[in-house]
Amino acid sequence: MTAVASAFAVRAPRARQLAGTGTLLRFALRRDRILVPVWVAVNALVVLSMPRTLRSLYGTPAQRADLADQLATNTSLRAMVGPVFGQSLGALTAWRVGVYAGLLAAVMSLLVVVRHTRDEEESGRQELISSAMVGRRAPLTAALLTAGVANAALALVITAGLAGQGATGALALGLGIAGVGMVFATMAAIAAQLTESARLARGLTSAVLGAAFVLRAAGDAGTNGGSSLLTRLSPLGWLENERPYAGERWWVLLLFAAAALLQGAVAYALAGRRDVGMSFLPTRPGPATGRLGSAGALAWRLQRGSVLGWSLGFFVAGVVYGGMTNGAADLVGSNAKAREIFQRMGGHSGLTDAFLAAMVGVMGMVAALQIVASVLRLHGEETSARAETVLANAVGRLRWAAGHLLIAFGGAALIMLLAGLGFAAGYGRETGPILGACLVQLPAVWMIGGLAVLLYGVLPRGAVLAWGVAGAALLIGWVGPALNLPRAVLDASPFGHLPKLPGGQMAWAPVLTLTGIAVVLVAGGLAGLRRRDMTG
Amino acid sequence: MTKAITVSGLHKSFGATHALDGLDLDVETGEVHGFLGPNGAGKSTTIRVLLGLLRADSGGAQVLGRDPWTDAVELHRRVAYVPGDVTLWRNLSGGEVIDLYGRLRGGLDRRRRTELIERFELDPTKKGRTYSKGNRQKVALVAAFASDVDLLILDEPTSGLDPLMEEIFQRCVEEERDRGRTVLLSSHILSEVEELCDRVSIIRKGRTVESGSLADLRHLTRTSVTAELAGPPNGLAHLPGVHGLDIRGRRVRFQVDTDKLDAVLRSLSESGVRSLTSTPPTLEELFLRHYQDDLQGDARGTEAAR
Repeated sequence: MTAVASAFAVRAPRARQLAGTGTLLRFALRRDRILVPVWVAVNALVVLSMPRTLRSLYGTPAQRADLADQLATNTSLRAMVGPVFGQSLGALTAWRVGVYAGLLAAVMSLLVVVRHTRDEEESGRQELISSAMVGRRAPLTAALLTAGVANAALALVITAGLAGQGATGALALGLGIAGVGMVFATMAAIAAQLTESARLARGLTSAVLGAAFVLRAAGDAGTNGGSSLLTRLSPLGWLENERPYAGERWWVLLLFAAAALLQGAVAYALAGRRDVGMSFLPTRPGPATGRLGSAGALAWRLQRGSVLGWSLGFFVAGVVYGGMTNGAADLVGSNAKAREIFQRMGGHSGLTDAFLAAMVGVMGMVAALQIVASVLRLHGEETSARAETVLANAVGRLRWAAGHLLIAFGGAALIMLLAGLGFAAGYGRETGPILGACLVQLPAVWMIGGLAVLLYGVLPRGAVLAWGVAGAALLIGWVGPALNLPRAVLDASPFGHLPKLPGGQMAWAPVLTLTGIAVVLVAGGLAGLRRRDMTG
Repeated sequence: MTKAITVSGLHKSFGATHALDGLDLDVETGEVHGFLGPNGAGKSTTIRVLLGLLRADSGGAQVLGRDPWTDAVELHRRVAYVPGDVTLWRNLSGGEVIDLYGRLRGGLDRRRRTELIERFELDPTKKGRTYSKGNRQKVALVAAFASDVDLLILDEPTSGLDPLMEEIFQRCVEEERDRGRTVLLSSHILSEVEELCDRVSIIRKGRTVESGSLADLRHLTRTSVTAELAGPPNGLAHLPGVHGLDIRGRRVRFQVDTDKLDAVLRSLSESGVRSLTSTPPTLEELFLRHYQDDLQGDARGTEAAR
């Protein structure tokens, strides 16, 4: 008996806590073989296309010096992008995209980590995996290593791609961006231990990321040089303070490493102490009886949280953009090329109006992401087999879909209205025209929503393609004018056909046509949904 | 008696897979009908056609006198469904889901709801993800049994329930039958089906291979007999319908086709019977016989293919 017991006790438990990490890592990389390369490619595209754009805008050293001078006095723009530390093309690239590339890397990292930790536990798949020869801390390790591989690839691509501007600065920028990624990867690892829901873990980490952006913005608005305490509290502020291409401060990389190690250690300690599938923030009990009485009420209950989140985000973004409108217009106005780009985005009119129109357009394209997410809730309900039990009651498919679609299409109108109110509040003038401009975006948003409905109704397996459409419209609208893409490409996006408001001429034809197309797409999708088999 | 469900010649393909290949099913009003078949035989597909979630390629289906595809909503007011794997919304409590389903069906008996929650020992305040498999099933079962409907469609409803809860489930089904409701019960727990069902249908590869009351079906199979005789057994081996005869002195064991039982008993009594036990075929034997035919058929098919 004792012999048996000691035979089992021989193995030190600690040594086996990472058992199976290698297999899990390979498995995670295989599952992410499309997701991660797409994120890395988009992020790299944003960074690597910048030197060309900047060269066309600020070709001569004199123009660049001029820009740097102006930024020193332009508070609102510094809040958006950060201070300029050098006048080389490389330094300006790091200035212009650094914060946003860091933001993208952070989002990629948090998605990857939550996907391989809390998502797995929430779905119950983790139990099966953990019942095999898999150590207690192996899943978390594999998830962090996957994020590490993704960020390393990103750093490598950026370093190689920007080497033409100077290899040292390129390396600093690449490592800094990857550093931000790893800080938020480990942050997500902690959130995944605290919450029981993957959605909440992603939400918490995103909230921290949002706070990091706001801290940096507030700090940079106050001081020119990234020396504010607020900026220094934010990992995005660290990236800026690393000063790629402007006398790199390599020691800043140690900050990233220390933060990632510290947070990783916390996540590890938590992971070793809790049960699989459980969390440190337990779910509270709910009511024993319910008031939900219709499919529409259920849809609202499921979507109200995200409607609230989008509403808040759009209003705040509106206030921020509205507030910086005057300053931005001044800055843009002094550069002929930049003026041209904004006019391509926002129409030929006064510069303030052109800037406002461009920003309202960007908000519209982001609203397209909201409508796609909201429409695809139908798809999520169906694939999780929850739709099946709802539809086995006296609920028609159309009525069931109508609840979610009302929230999707009405929600888009609501958030654009709130964005308009935010713009008007931040800018302080032209409330009517700005609100009108925001609402004019809706037909294009609805058309993309309609496309999502059509895909879901007719070709449910391809429903996620709607994300691709919304993403492509955003990419075309955002970088298209700067790259001076041919008209045919710009016209491929429904946003390309909208009148440029405020400032431009209102044109009813495209607005009504796009609305009509949206109606037809939704009707086609619903007809398909009525006719087809429900997949379970 | 009117039919609660009639299905004839139902076909349904998913790409190259023929899930249903001419399936027939008749369920009388007021009966508990067992729906049996190995995994992948097409039970759930049939049920999803009956609920109007899938559209049949060809063949007819009527539920409570209506077309399940075109009249789905009206029909569902009178139908309650429990799937084999209940998924819940993570942020809704069990009580909220029970009430939601009840309202969506057009009514819930509050008193019965309270009583069922007590009997099933369900905590209605817990939220979706925190329920175990068995407790998620209980949420759907309480919602179904507390609804005022004419037909219950239960697709392996007791998966994950413990034996005590299984017992309560069986009492609930009996109460439903006593109220005149119709139950279609798809199940792998044959003792449950034997206990509850008036009639059963066995399907295999999308076709109905056997349908009728358990007594009818037993008639088609073999009864096991063990007897101790006064004299040596005579001519037993030559009687038609006797299988697996095992003679040890005066003790005999064998199986006999149930419809040939009469002649065999006469032959036994000629030798003089000291003791006799006869065991009717269990549903399990019935089921296995069909299933094993299937396996043997497959084996033959594979050999032929070589």
